[in-house]
This record gives sequence, C-alpha cells and structure tokens, in this order.
Amino acid sequence: MTAEAPRGADAPPELIQLLTPEGERVEHPDYDIELTTEEVRSLYRDLVLVRRIDLEAVALQRQGELGLWASLLGQEAAQIGSGRALTDADMAFPTYREHGVAWCRGVDPVKLLGLFRGVNHGGWDPYEHNFHLYTIVIGSQALHAVGYAMGVQRDGADAATIVYFGDGATSQGDVNESFIWASVFNAPVVFFCQNNQWAISEPLEKQTRIPLYKRASGFGFPGIRVDGNDVFACLAVTRKALADARNGQGPTMIEAFTYRMGAHTTSDDPTRYRVADELEAWKLKDPIERVKAYLFKNQLADQEFFDKVDAEADALGKDVRRRCLELPDPGPEALFDHVYGAPHALVDEEREQYFAYLAGFEAGAER
Amino acid sequence: MTTLTLGKAINEGLRRAMEEDPKVLVMGEDVGKLGGVFRVTDGLQKDFGEDRVIDTPLAESGIIGTAIGLALRGYRPVCEIQFDGFVFPAADQIITQLAKMPLRSLGAVKLPVVVRIPCGGGIGAVEHHSESPEAYFTHTAGLRVMACSNPADAYTMIQDAIRCDDPIIFFEPKRRYWDKAEVDLTAPGLPLDRARTVRHGDDVTLLAYGPMVKTCLAAATAAEGEGRNIEVIDLRSLNPLDMGVITESVQRTGRCVVVHEAPVFSGFGAELAARISERCFYHLEAPVLRVGGFSTPYPPSRLEDHYLPDLDRVLDAVDRAFAY
Repeated sequence: MTAEAPRGADAPPELIQLLTPEGERVEHPDYDIELTTEEVRSLYRDLVLVRRIDLEAVALQRQGELGLWASLLGQEAAQIGSGRALTDADMAFPTYREHGVAWCRGVDPVKLLGLFRGVNHGGWDPYEHNFHLYTIVIGSQALHAVGYAMGVQRDGADAATIVYFGDGATSQGDVNESFIWASVFNAPVVFFCQNNQWAISEPLEKQTRIPLYKRASGFGFPGIRVDGNDVFACLAVTRKALADARNGQGPTMIEAFTYRMGAHTTSDDPTRYRVADELEAWKLKDPIERVKAYLFKNQLADQEFFDKVDAEADALGKDVRRRCLELPDPGPEALFDHVYGAPHALVDEEREQYFAYLAGFEAGAER
Repeated sequence: MTTLTLGKAINEGLRRAMEEDPKVLVMGEDVGKLGGVFRVTDGLQKDFGEDRVIDTPLAESGIIGTAIGLALRGYRPVCEIQFDGFVFPAADQIITQLAKMPLRSLGAVKLPVVVRIPCGGGIGAVEHHSESPEAYFTHTAGLRVMACSNPADAYTMIQDAIRCDDPIIFFEPKRRYWDKAEVDLTAPGLPLDRARTVRHGDDVTLLAYGPMVKTCLAAATAAEGEGRNIEVIDLRSLNPLDMGVITESVQRTGRCVVVHEAPVFSGFGAELAARISERCFYHLEAPVLRVGGFSTPYPPSRLEDHYLPDLDRVLDAVDRAFAY
C-alpha cells in the first residue's frame, strides 16, 4: 500500500487547486485563471443544472421509466470545468457518465436518456455538437479519440480531441494502447481521467500502485493531477492541455481527483463495499458548495441569483421528465434500420419476412 | 490485360484507391518500408508518404480502434492484420465498436473501414499463421465479410470494399498470393455482394471461397475425366450471401458440397447447408455435405496436408453425394 491518506480524508500531494472547499481562491504559478463574475455565475449555473438533470434521471429510473442510470453526482466540476474548456471545433469522446460534458456541448439532455430508457443505443449525431456517442465498453473510446486526433492532425485543423475515462479504465489494454499511439504520433489529444476512486466496487488500489497521473510519464507525455471538485482548476488545466494539443505539443493526461458520491449505476449498492465516513468526508468538498461560497463571500451573487438558478433547475428537471415520458417506443422497423449503410440482402429479407409475420396477426384480428 | 499475382493485384487496387481518394489510408504493422510481410503494400509508403501509409505500433486493437477514430474524422482506413491468428486482440474493437457504431448513431456515423486479413494455411507456417476465422465475423451483424480467390477479383474487390461505406472484413488467401492471372485494370468488377459461377456443370454444385476455389476447380477438372460435370461457385461475399446464384444452381444440380478450410463444426458451411435445405429441399438428391478442417486446432505444418481439404477429399465428398 502507498503511504497516501485514506480516500477523502486529505487532499493528495501535487494536486492543482484554485478554489478550496471553503470557497477561497488559491493562486497557482502555472495554471491561474481570470474569470469574470458572469463566467463564475455561469459555471455555477451549469453545475446546479447538471446535478438537477442527474437527480431527475435517478428518480426516473427508480420509477421504472429508465432501465438504468449512471449518476455523475460529485463529478460535476470535473465535467463542467473540462467541458467548458472545449472550443466548438474540439471533439469529445465520453464514457456513459459524461452528462455534464454533454450539457456543455449543447446536447439535449433528453437525448442522453434514450439508451438508458431502451429506445435506442445512443441516437444522437456526434457531429452536431462534436460530442461522440456514449461508449459502454470500458476504455474503447480512448482509441477512437486518438484516431480522430490523428485525423485532425492530417487535416491540419485548429482543433483538439478530449477523451473521458475513469480510474478503472486505466487498467484496460485499449487505454494503454491509446497512450502509446498518442505518444508515438504526437496526437492532439487530452486524456481526461476522472478518478472517482471506485470502479463499481473496486477501490483504486485494485487498479494501480502509483498515482494515475504519473502513468503518463512512462508513455512520454505530461500527466497532471487536478482537484476534480474544483471547477476553476479543471477549467484552467484542461484549457492549457487543449491549447498544447492544438499547438502541436501532443497529448496530456489529466487526472481529475474526485469522488463518485452515488452508486456506480442505479443497479449498484455501494453500502456493501464502502464506509459512510468516506462519503461524509467528500461531502465537505462538494463541487457546487465551494463555488456558492466563493460567490457569496465575494458578493458576486445574491440570494436572488441562487433562487433563480434553483427555479431554473426545477423547471429543467420537470421538462426532462415530461419529455422522457414522451419518448416514443421505436417501431419494429428500427430493429433493421441503420445496421448497414448500404443495402444488405440478408437484413432486407429478414425485415420483409418479419413484417409479413406481423401482418399475419393483423389479418387474423380483422377476421 | 496485365499479368499479376494476387498479392500484386491487391497492391494495384490499393494504389488505385489511394490515387482516387486522398482520404484512403493504409495502416498496420510493417506496411510501410517493408511493404507488409507479404509485400501487399509494397511501394505505397514511398509514393503516398508516411501520413497515408502508417506503420503502427504493434497492437491490433490499437490498429482497429484508431482506424475507427480516423473514419469518424472522414478518412477511409484500410487496416492490415498481419496474420489471421492475430486478429483476436482486435476482436473487441471489431465486434463491439466497428460493427455497431453506425446503428448506435442511428445512421449518423459511417465507418468505411476495411480490415484486410491474410487467411488460411498451406504455407508451412508456425502456429497462429494459418487460420480461417471467417465464421466469427460472419456471425457479427454490422460487418460485411468478403473473401477473394483470384487476382482479377482481388483487384476490383479491394477497391469496391474501400468505396463501400460499411465496415468490411476482407480475407485474402495467403497461399494464393503468388498465383498469377491476367487482370484487366480498367474493367469494373462484379458487384461486391455477388457470387460468381466460375465453372458450369449440371451434376453437383461445389460452394467455395478464398483459397478453396482453386482446389474445387482442380477437383472439377479431375472429375470431368470420370464423366462428372461439376459446377463451382465462388461465393466472394460471405455476408451478405448471394443466395440467388446458390439456389438456382443447387435446384438444378440437386447435389451440393461446401468446402472451406475452417473447422466444419459451426463453420460457415453449416449456414450454407441450412439455407440450402430451406430453399432447395424438394430438389435435393442428397444432403448438403461439408468438407473442411477437423474439430482440432490448426495442426503443426507437417500435418497440415491431412487437415486441409484437397482435391481427393473434395471428390470423396462428391462421391458420397452421389451415393444417396
């Protein structure tokens, strides 16, 4: 075991932080950031709204309207900070938990619900907002991101690629292969690892003996650890890494040190494998509370502002709920559509046969 | 007409595709300076540069995964898997991502990725260098699976595969790489999803693809002396399958033997036999018979002549089909 403190008790060493859990601004020589009041208020609003979307989705699952949901609770700052660092031309490759990044990219939250409700396997156009489809196989998307970045490089485009994954994914071969590819080809990609301390029930110690950000140096590019609950720091660090990528300086790995406050998914029961104290310790580092404290202390927002954001969040929650319930169940033709782009004799034949079979029931009902 | 080996025909096809479309890339292990272990990509890096003919790190999942990313960015990667038995580290990317992403996006994403795999035995190689893994891929919806058997087809099929917007697993019969034939470099090929009747006959239909087409043609020629008139169909496309050509032939001949190098059990021939029994039941004079590898791992090369279907095993099956 390493000599590090237990998860959550103290901040680990070499952690870039610009806003303490108490809402105090901290200077950093390499990663400082100037934010206008409006920008800080906007970040706060993002954090609150995505938490509300997430809460609504958990409730929808509990009521049987979603088959599953992967909650982002606790990881809002990592996702909003990194997501707001992206330019329109940048491309993001998510796991299945990046609801906050999707929000930053402009993806309608209801579109995220389709795969969890079971009406499709994803179903948004990745090019519309430069936000790729959710990927469920752990770590697969890291290679897609690097390949995409190699394409960006070949196009000579002023863009970077960011890929999200968790602490568990760092054990996957594909993630390690993606590090090698990115390094060898100097691909314009940022590896954004949200270390939320848990891969379902397995603690970080089951994945690594060294801090994750230190892995990067073995592959030949910089690794940085940032306070994943500090939206300012996540924004500053990701912005710098993306700029480096665009400027031909190759990949960076960011380890956002955070905590999965909820279960892995709604099917999971974390009380079986982690202690309540840990959760309590991390509650004190909440990503939203510290921004609120900062805004209050510095008189950058008043109660009216916070009430307004809360009201907006409630309205958004209701809207997401209503439109989730209105999502139409797909018809049987959706089984066969889009399996191939070009006509495919076998799929066409099976579609025809199945529809003839279904028509038989209708004919029977008419008799 | 130009005389080309099968390997050179694919090389010419790749060259033509790269000239035609600047988005076409070739990527894989040793495909650059070396020109691939079978020299199929010989000279391409010299002419198209290292950005379009990419020597990759030695990791097959990485090859397919990054090819998917390049395709998402609008490129048309042609990946080389060095040998059939090395495709399995890439199986996850092929099966869970390449095959399924277009559907996942409801058609917004196209993945025009070609995965070239030299396949089959007969070259005296060590373990993992002689396998026929086609059934793993024909079983995966979302993939198209092709197998070329001769230089002329190889030349057009590889170009058509690259032009196709769907992901394609493209099997190349490695022991036929050095077979030569006349190739018309200007004539269009048969559409990608069509089978070809390569020898007409009325007594029995042999179905084959890739390396076994030549074996079946030799068997048919030998049988001619015994008064048997054998039809040979080169399937070319395993998924989708050109059932029209197959059904017409078997309904006419009443007998069918399927030949492939892969193990017979759960092999692609099982699918053919089942489909033929569904469509030609009243025309069949005998059950559809299969000739292929045994239910054993591919053997050491000194035993491969026992394992691989040859002219005599094909004709033995033909005899058995006539014994009913």
